[in-house]
Amino acid sequence: MTGHRLRLDRLTIALGGVTLAAIDATVGPGEVLTVMGPSGSGKSTLLAFLAGFLDPAFSAGGRVLLDGEDVTGRPAEARRIGLLFQDPLLFPHLSVGGNLLFGMPRHRAPRNCAPRECDRRDRMRAALREVGLEGYADRDPATLSGGQKARVALQRLLLSEPRAVLLDEPFSRLDAALRGEVRDLVFARLRDAGLPAVLVTHDAADRPADGGEVVHLCPPAPHLP
Amino acid sequence: MHRLTRLIAAVTLLLLSTGPAGAAPPDPTDWDAVLRAARGQTVYWNAWAGEPRINEYVAWAAGQVASRHGVSVVHVKLSETADAVARVLAEKAAGKVAGGSVDLIWINGENFAAMKRSGLLFGPWAEALPNFALTDPANNPAVREDFTVPVEGYEAPWGKAQLVLMSDSAYVAEPPRNLSALLDWARANPGRFAYPRPPDFLGSTFLKQATLGLAVDTAPLYRPVDEAGFEAVTAPLWAWLDALHPLLWRGGRAFPPDGPALRRLVGDSELAIAPAFSATEVAAAVLAGELPAGVRTHGLDGGTIGNVNFLAIPFNATAKAGAMVLANFLLSPEAQARKHDPAVWGGETVLAVDRLAAPARALFDGLDLGPAGLHPAAQGAVLPEPHPSWTERLETAWAARYTAR
Amino acid sequence: MLRLAPYLTAGLVAGPIAVGLLGVTLPAFGLLPGLGGDMATLAPWFRLLDQPGLGRSVAVALFAGLGSTLIAVLLVFLFLAAADGTRLLGWMRRLVAPLLAVPHAAAAVGVAFLIAPSGLLARLASPWATGWQRPPDLLIVHDGWGLAMIAGLVAKEVPFLLLMCLAVLPSLDPTRRLAIARSLGQPPFTAWLKAVAPGLYPLVRLPVFAVLAFACSTADVALILGPTNPPPLAVAVLRWFADPDLSMRLVASAGALLQLLVSLAAMAAWWAGERVVAGLGRGWLTGGAPGVAGRAVSWLGLAGLPAVAMSLTVAILGLAVSSLAGPWRFPDALPDGLTLAVWARSLPAIAGGLATTLLLAALAAVLATVAVLAVLEQAARRGRAADRAAGRALHGLLYLPLLLPQVPFVFGLVVGAETVGLAPGHGLVLVGHVVFVLPYVLLVLAEPYRRFDPRWIMLGATLGASPARTFWTVRLPILLGPCLAALAVGLAVSVGQYLPTLLLGAGRVETVTTAAVALASGGDRRVVGAWALAQAAVPAAGFALALLLPRLAWRRRRGLGAAR
Repeated sequence: MTGHRLRLDRLTIALGGVTLAAIDATVGPGEVLTVMGPSGSGKSTLLAFLAGFLDPAFSAGGRVLLDGEDVTGRPAEARRIGLLFQDPLLFPHLSVGGNLLFGMPRHRAPRNCAPRECDRRDRMRAALREVGLEGYADRDPATLSGGQKARVALQRLLLSEPRAVLLDEPFSRLDAALRGEVRDLVFARLRDAGLPAVLVTHDAADRPADGGEVVHLCPPAPHLP
Repeated sequence: MHRLTRLIAAVTLLLLSTGPAGAAPPDPTDWDAVLRAARGQTVYWNAWAGEPRINEYVAWAAGQVASRHGVSVVHVKLSETADAVARVLAEKAAGKVAGGSVDLIWINGENFAAMKRSGLLFGPWAEALPNFALTDPANNPAVREDFTVPVEGYEAPWGKAQLVLMSDSAYVAEPPRNLSALLDWARANPGRFAYPRPPDFLGSTFLKQATLGLAVDTAPLYRPVDEAGFEAVTAPLWAWLDALHPLLWRGGRAFPPDGPALRRLVGDSELAIAPAFSATEVAAAVLAGELPAGVRTHGLDGGTIGNVNFLAIPFNATAKAGAMVLANFLLSPEAQARKHDPAVWGGETVLAVDRLAAPARALFDGLDLGPAGLHPAAQGAVLPEPHPSWTERLETAWAARYTAR
Repeated sequence: MLRLAPYLTAGLVAGPIAVGLLGVTLPAFGLLPGLGGDMATLAPWFRLLDQPGLGRSVAVALFAGLGSTLIAVLLVFLFLAAADGTRLLGWMRRLVAPLLAVPHAAAAVGVAFLIAPSGLLARLASPWATGWQRPPDLLIVHDGWGLAMIAGLVAKEVPFLLLMCLAVLPSLDPTRRLAIARSLGQPPFTAWLKAVAPGLYPLVRLPVFAVLAFACSTADVALILGPTNPPPLAVAVLRWFADPDLSMRLVASAGALLQLLVSLAAMAAWWAGERVVAGLGRGWLTGGAPGVAGRAVSWLGLAGLPAVAMSLTVAILGLAVSSLAGPWRFPDALPDGLTLAVWARSLPAIAGGLATTLLLAALAAVLATVAVLAVLEQAARRGRAADRAAGRALHGLLYLPLLLPQVPFVFGLVVGAETVGLAPGHGLVLVGHVVFVLPYVLLVLAEPYRRFDPRWIMLGATLGASPARTFWTVRLPILLGPCLAALAVGLAVSVGQYLPTLLLGAGRVETVTTAAVALASGGDRRVVGAWALAQAAVPAAGFALALLLPRLAWRRRRGLGAAR
């Protein structure tokens, strides 16, 4: 199985001279790095930096390496780092199928299937089948249940062929019954795809059952003169 | 940033590119040459457009001139004639001496005096129009004088108006025939008479009418106003107005803006008597159902102010020949008779009808003026307009005296 | 190109404003070459001060402007407080939206016909209740202090403010705020005023100031309903501009600058009033006493706004009926027969102006919307603090035409355009329209853009979409509703432009509105009624489409249909 490797090379994030977070870690294929800390500890800022959305008010040091390649200076859309939010955030103006097609690259069109569309649509249907949503392609996302939406969001992420994945408290809005089920599905699929993942949460229950490395961030101490 | 500056410069250059250069003005005395030059021109005719009947007439005239002379006419609809004057002034201020945007203006009185004084008019041209002779200028000095200002061929006569009073016979049994009778009637019927606030055209005309009718000696009114004379001439006017104002509509605390507003108030039975500009226009409004069927018109003993309205061409007009062709058509018996017809417009003709050739006169004899129309004999004598300096002075004095503070 | 958008848009607005202000300031100090004025002098100002009734003109403008704005704001806030959670709120929203499309002049003519002594109300009550066989001689319309004008302005401002409030209200989460306040022992009406109103007001402050600036400087409403002798300042300025004595133009220019000062003074007074209310309100908010806003006030709130909206509706219906009326004498409550004669005569002329009106309005609305989207998108993509400050300055500039009185500005623009040799015509009119349309479009779009969840954009980018692709395939579709609303508002604002169309087009650009106002000066109510309805029809159709299109496009997308 091939996989990708994410290296956080001596990262520091600071605001107005105060360091909010410092981290140095390597996440191998299928591994999960959990970053924990209370609100205000800079978790979300770290995630924004990794994804390529750091607010210019912050300053950052260090490098983000993907499979040995430095992506620190690249715009978000060229990094191939996927993102899962607290909410599934299915595009409300697209169908379920449209959501899955949105991020799917157009490069792999095998010769035997002449129209490229046909291949992409087949892969989209297959992805729905994998999570038990066969025949949902034309549905309005607003008509899905919470668990169904979470599964569509996961498949959309995977179909965009990321090289690493960021998870921003992805299970916190799910009710208790669904939570474990969705969590296990997400981590299983990431492991199968060989994707390194960074999970940001304040809840230890969000961690994968088999653990993985944990980093604790603390809120910065008041800046004393 | 450099790219931006260059872009702005390019756009500015593009917008600054000038319009068509003005050709040499046509010689009005060579009418055939005028007709030739006019063909294919577009005349922007700036005319007050507050009256659908007038707008329809203008549209008809435009169609006629297009098919007969190949001149297309665009009615630039104004709510104030001064807007067109302002436009010409702005063009002169900007140094635009040719290719102006106004070709013909419906105008008279102060607006004409101001434009002539400021050198904003083209001319002389009007007396060279083939149809000008039909106004019988030798015996009809009104077409050569606009509010005592000599016209000198700088505008062509188009229509005529003579102040009348309209009264609703449902409420007025015996219409007052002079100003003191009008005051007595107002005492008996407070709140049922009004005149527009000067400097509205009709309001100012009513003011001048009252000045003429009340002054002991009217001769000074036909000379430029002088301050000593002004007091003496206007003293009876102010006395009369001071007595009248509390008896006006709304006690004189609000004034209707203009003539059409007066018509609406008569139509709504708020007013029983009001001034109007011409008997035929009142007749037309009755025919159109705008005024009650019982409305009648009448003049005043001793006569009422009459004036002629004109068509003028600005100094920088683009289509001068076309404008002249249009003005000449508007003076033709056919166009004038149609304008006079209350069923069409009800704008009085400026032609000397009794001196027209028989077929042309027949066009006028056939018109039905309706019950509100007024036979010239019943209208009374035409009093000429005072010198235009009086208009301004009377308006200023009126405003100083009757404006709430 | 997108990076240039803020500069281009700023130039599009700042250029005409600068030219306009210069074109009115120079003549105010005697500089007008066409009249031989080539030396700076204060003479126009002294002549201005000599105009009889000037003080009263200024006072009426201030009084009517501040009074109508205060009443309109109170009516809207008290209504929202009293009607929250009732079905009345939904009904009013639906009743009020089409009223927004009615042009000011048409609404004013309708209100005048409603309340005049010979008007609809008097007719309905006469002679059986009043005994009037003829209209009484009562100074109702054109009264000296502009009370009728205030009534007309309130009727037209209330729909605008209500819709602006309803547009931003959801972002405050009023339900939760109310729940908290009520759980702390406040009755619903008081709870709304204490917990929601203080959050809502800052969000609608700009529209309130726009309303205030408009009310202080309106000419068309004042002409139809305002005092006549002397008239409010804006009308007086128009009269001076139209005076046959051309040197009065200098006085008019000075008067136009005075109008600008009056509008600024009114805004300063309002601003001071806000401070006072905030100071007093703090004591009330923290005083804790429930039910201070009594039951009577609550009933007033519940009844006030619907009464105003109903009155305006009846007034417009009155106009519609009079456009179909045969002879209609006082005190008949209904006309003596109906006829299509007025419509038959007006329709060809209306149709002629309609094409120009639509083309101009569509172009102006699209241009303004594209410019505003470009500015907002560019601002959204850059997040640096310096950019944000520049963005705020840019927004301030773009909102300026909303706050400047139109009269001085447009006259100055005409003089300025002539001076630099720009020919009047469709192009110049279009620029004028865009300048006035743009701030309204920004007003509609800024809030949805600000509230747009940034995670959609991040999501698009992490799924590999470029910023441009994210804009076209994510942001625009989700904001389709607000974008169409902005287009519709732009359309309505453009259709309503009278002075810029007339003056910048040298009268040659004829729209339904220029014709309608010219005809309104003729005063035949039947004709004015027909034209006013035709004039209202264009923006009304625009609003209808703006509501309908998203519903059609997203009829199978509950997530968007419900959100609008």
